[in-house]
Amino acid sequence: MVPTQYYLVLSGILFTTGVIGVLVKRNPIVIFMCIELMLNAANLSFIALGRHFGQMNGQMYVIFALAVAAAEVSVGLGIIVAIFRAKETINIDEINLMKF
Amino acid sequence: MSLPFFWVLALIAVGASIMVVASQNPVRSALYLVTSFLCVAAFYITLSAQFIAAVQVIVYAGAIMVLFLFVIMLLNLSAPQALRETGRLHPIATIGLAVVFISTLVFSQSLAPLSRSLTTSATAESLGTVEAVGLTLFSSKLPWLFPFEITSILLLVAVIGAIIMAKRRVD
Repeated sequence: MVPTQYYLVLSGILFTTGVIGVLVKRNPIVIFMCIELMLNAANLSFIALGRHFGQMNGQMYVIFALAVAAAEVSVGLGIIVAIFRAKETINIDEINLMKF
Repeated sequence: MSLPFFWVLALIAVGASIMVVASQNPVRSALYLVTSFLCVAAFYITLSAQFIAAVQVIVYAGAIMVLFLFVIMLLNLSAPQALRETGRLHPIATIGLAVVFISTLVFSQSLAPLSRSLTTSATAESLGTVEAVGLTLFSSKLPWLFPFEITSILLLVAVIGAIIMAKRRVD
């Protein structure tokens, strides 16, 4: 039996990797991948804690997080394709139209 | 689940997710991300969430990653140079961020330690089956039915938004 704390630390490490990816990368597609990594880490800790307390609630939250992640990816990749059509680049440093 | 099995899977998951960030080629990042998702699905099975594990493989490792690869291929066809990573990873900033985040997480767990697990082996066995998930999700006594219906509207909005966004403008 693996203690729940191990799963929580693993989830924290995966989340940290995702945060670093979002902050460091320049390619918006890879940034989206890192956001998926963070969502996955959060889901893992939801399920570990749900199992720890013997409740179904954690798995329910994960189902809704999955649906939101799918919606977010489809819209986000649509935005990336539209930006690429308009500006011929997707470098995150050159897309600064909405920067104040 | 035995502890060595956990360590092997955890090492693969962490290594794959570090490679997602470290590799310069987005296609390789996507393939490492699939590896990481599959490891997390294996963790779900060991945490008695069998249905969620199947959904994870189908939705994340299947649908979402195919979408990612399609977009990478689409953009790669018209401009192979556009997707290359231009900046370098800043090693000091990266390591500093990692230390700060992980120490925050470990510190928060030492502040509020978990109680003993309430799960017996009998409840763990029936926790994540399709039957249990369906009964919880669609029960009228529990608060999950209304969010479920709202999710369908969210997905409809996402479908319409994605079509409008990706449509070629006629002018």
